[in-house]
Amino acid sequence: MLATSFLQQADFLRILYIVAFALFIYGLSGLTGPRTAVRGNRIAAVGMAIAVIATLLDRGEGNWALIVIGVALGTAIGVPAARRVRMTAMPQMVALFNGVGGGAVFLIAWAEFRNTGGYRGEPTYFAVFSLFAAIIGSVSFWGSNIAFGKLQELLPGRPITLGRSQQLVNGVIAAAAVACAVAIVAGSHSQLIFVLMLIAAAILGNLVVLPIGGADMPVVISLLNACTGLAAAATGFELDSFVLIVSGALVGASGTLLTMMMSRAMNRSLANVLFGAFGQVQAGAGTAAAYEGTVRSVTPEDVAIMLSYAHKVVVVPGYGMAVAQAQHAVRELADELEKKGVEVEYAIHPVAGRMPGHMNVLLAEANVPYPALKEMDDINPEFPQTDVALVIGANDVVNPAARNEPGSPIYGMPILNVDQSRQVVVMKRSMATGFAGIDNPLFLDEKTAMLFGDAKESVLKLVSGVKAL
Amino acid sequence: MLVTNLTILVLAGFVGFAVISKVPNTLHTPLMSGTNAIHGIVLLGGLLVIGLAGNSAFNKVILVIAIAFGTINVVGGFLVTDRMLEMFKRKPEPPPAEDAEQ
Repeated sequence: MLATSFLQQADFLRILYIVAFALFIYGLSGLTGPRTAVRGNRIAAVGMAIAVIATLLDRGEGNWALIVIGVALGTAIGVPAARRVRMTAMPQMVALFNGVGGGAVFLIAWAEFRNTGGYRGEPTYFAVFSLFAAIIGSVSFWGSNIAFGKLQELLPGRPITLGRSQQLVNGVIAAAAVACAVAIVAGSHSQLIFVLMLIAAAILGNLVVLPIGGADMPVVISLLNACTGLAAAATGFELDSFVLIVSGALVGASGTLLTMMMSRAMNRSLANVLFGAFGQVQAGAGTAAAYEGTVRSVTPEDVAIMLSYAHKVVVVPGYGMAVAQAQHAVRELADELEKKGVEVEYAIHPVAGRMPGHMNVLLAEANVPYPALKEMDDINPEFPQTDVALVIGANDVVNPAARNEPGSPIYGMPILNVDQSRQVVVMKRSMATGFAGIDNPLFLDEKTAMLFGDAKESVLKLVSGVKAL
Repeated sequence: MLVTNLTILVLAGFVGFAVISKVPNTLHTPLMSGTNAIHGIVLLGGLLVIGLAGNSAFNKVILVIAIAFGTINVVGGFLVTDRMLEMFKRKPEPPPAEDAEQ
């Protein structure tokens, strides 16, 4: 009994919470390098376990059965999902995990509202933070689900908009959610108003994300991640839990920073990403996007010869390579070429794949050596000295229209200048446009040869072609 | 109380910026996933509120859902990050037999 009471002392529990958030920060700082990253993540996980244990010691009422049910349910869903998800589906997985976090936030706020009879006898700031958490949590939950649906291709990836009235409608609905919150702070205890606020926030979450094109989705997920972090911090104010505040603020800050880095990688402002400029430009310039020239198609044997007699080959992997699971075959090709004395490097666009660093994960999975992966700024000056640029399933990130045509929806986005290399081979399934839905003049360039077909099969043909020479 | 908590919020925000600004581009996806797992800390909120006296049946239902959601966020988030990061580890050269399998 004595031991139990010691374990339940407020100061002891506070110390556990301090240990927990110290481990979060230490763990996150471990994520700064590939060698310490695994450990960093595990350290953060240990911190989380400590925080959960401390909370369980802290609790007054029992309700253990309900806790066990909730945790068991969450584990039964979360663990298999995390274990089975393919590396290519990682962005939507993160979106989904982020969404449920937001869902938890607004449900907790709702329970608090009901427990206190509409914040009766609570200080104003309590209501303000709780309502903030409810609105942001709901927006994040629904927005993340839409992002998931788009990336999983359950919903069309193209922007779905209400046209010009979109911003007006969004504004009205946001105002409605805020108005409900203000009414509650001003003294209403009506649960109906609270539920209306949740519904308005849900509609807002849908409307904000639906018009955003699939290519911009990672930025949105990152932003929603930051939002959920802030909502978690607000929950911390509501429950007077500093560990929630610290963790929420950490995530809010990191998510914001990451979102800014991602928008910068696409050379667009965050406002431009969020407020559907993509859709508008496309509608205006869509008809003018016809390029002149002919497509030159080649056989794998031709490409094998081209590659074998090159001095320097730069592989530009894109999402198409990942979908076809061709990364292992690509590494095999690189090994064969290196045996023939060809220098092989990989050019990684910051937003290649569907999230920053996504392509690095996929190539690391295929045992591609870390130093061979070159970031955009390092590899771009090398393209003029490159004999063959091998573009595998990438499209928008090598589209010269981003550099040359002010009318293009992706104008200004930094790209890999593959068109400056001596020869370009583009491996693609068909002439279809990329994720952003824009035509690519690179494919019609006279230096460019197109190798149509499934990326994995084509690369395997190249491997046997190179071996045969 | 409010002022102390606001102090904590602001300081933690700056710590977040400082720590994370050093993360290289290549680790952004795991970082996003890892921080995503950390905001699963809202699970604690669910645990605290469900422990209070006087929760109605409806409250219990939504809190169990909240706890399940929080658990998915935490457990799934850390596991997925771990899987991703494992791939960045320097691995021994795979034996040729395994190579042929791929």
